[in-house]
Amino acid sequence: MIRYLKKQNFWFVFTPYFWLVLFFFIPLALIFKISISVSEWGMPPYRDLFSLSEEGFKFDSTLSNYLFIFSDPFYIRSYLNSLSLAFTSTILCLVIGYPIAFYVAKSQANIRIILLVLLIIPFWTSFLLRVYAWKVLLQGSGIINSILIHLGFLTEPISMLHNHYAVILGVVYTYLPFMILPLYGYLVKFDLNLIDAANDLGAKPLNTFLKVILPLSLPGIIAGSMLVFIPVVGEFVIPEMLGGSDKLYFGKIIWDEFFVNRDWPVASALAMSGIVILVFPIVIFQLMYAKYNFKNE
Amino acid sequence: MQNTILKMNKIFFKIFTLTIGFSFLYFPILTLIAYSFNDNKRLMVWKGFSFRWYKELFQNEQILEAFYTSIKIASFSATFATIMGVMIGFSLTRISKIPARPFFIFLSSSPLVMPEIILGLSLLLFFISSNHIISFPSSKGQLTVLISHITFSVAFVAVIIQSRLSSYDKNIEEAAQDLGTIPNMIFWKITAPVILPSIISGWLLAFTLSLDDLVVASFTTGPGANTLPIVVFSKVRLGLSPEVNALSAIIMLIVVLAAISIYFINRSNIKK
Repeated sequence: MIRYLKKQNFWFVFTPYFWLVLFFFIPLALIFKISISVSEWGMPPYRDLFSLSEEGFKFDSTLSNYLFIFSDPFYIRSYLNSLSLAFTSTILCLVIGYPIAFYVAKSQANIRIILLVLLIIPFWTSFLLRVYAWKVLLQGSGIINSILIHLGFLTEPISMLHNHYAVILGVVYTYLPFMILPLYGYLVKFDLNLIDAANDLGAKPLNTFLKVILPLSLPGIIAGSMLVFIPVVGEFVIPEMLGGSDKLYFGKIIWDEFFVNRDWPVASALAMSGIVILVFPIVIFQLMYAKYNFKNE
Repeated sequence: MQNTILKMNKIFFKIFTLTIGFSFLYFPILTLIAYSFNDNKRLMVWKGFSFRWYKELFQNEQILEAFYTSIKIASFSATFATIMGVMIGFSLTRISKIPARPFFIFLSSSPLVMPEIILGLSLLLFFISSNHIISFPSSKGQLTVLISHITFSVAFVAVIIQSRLSSYDKNIEEAAQDLGTIPNMIFWKITAPVILPSIISGWLLAFTLSLDDLVVASFTTGPGANTLPIVVFSKVRLGLSPEVNALSAIIMLIVVLAAISIYFINRSNIKK
């Protein structure tokens, strides 16, 4: 271990450490605190957890916000909708993204760089505008309708917007690069000769894929899936722009609970339950992250 | 003979997959750009080629002001996030004694996967409480958006720096130390140049993350701090806007130019 920068060590470690504790950890702890506080009319619209009055010290907490959420099928349904949206789109991203990542990684070096740049360009184009593009494409007078009518599949335009299929399409489209890039990162490192070796030893292509290629790209698959699944559970923008009233999602519920109903404790309890549901995938992500970033030590 | 057919099949399948894949990625964006030149208020009915929406875009005070605000916040956020990201990457790969090290790793990687809506809500509640207790921040606005953007960008920069630092040979630093180089010089003359490309890509990533963020900014913004995504979202939430098409085309042009220049910079570096 290198011993230089001894004096600077302190600042190198503690500036970001302090920042993250202050602006990431404490706010999360605060959500937890508010989620077990009693709702109250006023500003802020909840009662303090601890209060010191003439009757002495009082601790005022409640689980009623959580009970409220889990006794109302409306909230439970929105959780399930979000989880199923995240699950479906992760699988679709994987199925669509894997062959693309594979062939890009296996291209000749000079073509590969160009393809990689082509993959990154949509990723760097504004997220909001890519969702908006689908809104333009899918609407009644949009280009997809025109093509289908022209080809004779439709006689008159149908509205393809404002349903959960449009939401899935939008999610797959905008999150695809998050799947492709980690997959590419693992596939590009992997030695093509292994495929030839398996073939020479008489393995069928399917077996080569299942027994050689797939296990070696598994870390990429897990990383990509987590990068799609976790944020999609909280996704707000895509359902808001492309979705309709047929399905409500978790992100939208939190948004409305906070901005429309102004019920901070319930919004916080919703956010906390979201974190609890996501703990399992987040822990997997953390373990992978620690394993692949610090394996040298 | 059979091998040749197999090989042809493989190449066909490869080109087929890549064509479909890339068409899916580019079709929506290119359509949007094409329609930005349409001289018709009704978006999808083609009337003729014109720059009308570009003219209107550049006369729209609200969009221009939001653009300026966004660029300002993104530059500051990217710069601070890069400085702290380098510190984290450096600490985690080069310094062994960090108090509660697993907690530090947790803190520096969790923002990568925390849903934006939870991050935004928690920061907003935090700013409101801290305003009650110590009267800071005095109001929500550009400063609170900036703090929030730095907080989630740091993690992304740290990942990039970390993977660069853990993949390159520490012995070079140790050799320099054995040769009697002063610690500061080692950092500036050896470590910094090695991680410079990662610093640049980290900065660019943090910049785009900030420029792109809608959800966290919506929670933490206040009067006079409408960022570009907030304004665009309010325009397209319920309907379509030809000006936003023009804006998309301009952003696309900037991204493509940036990508091409990064490609050529990398290529000339490899040749060297």
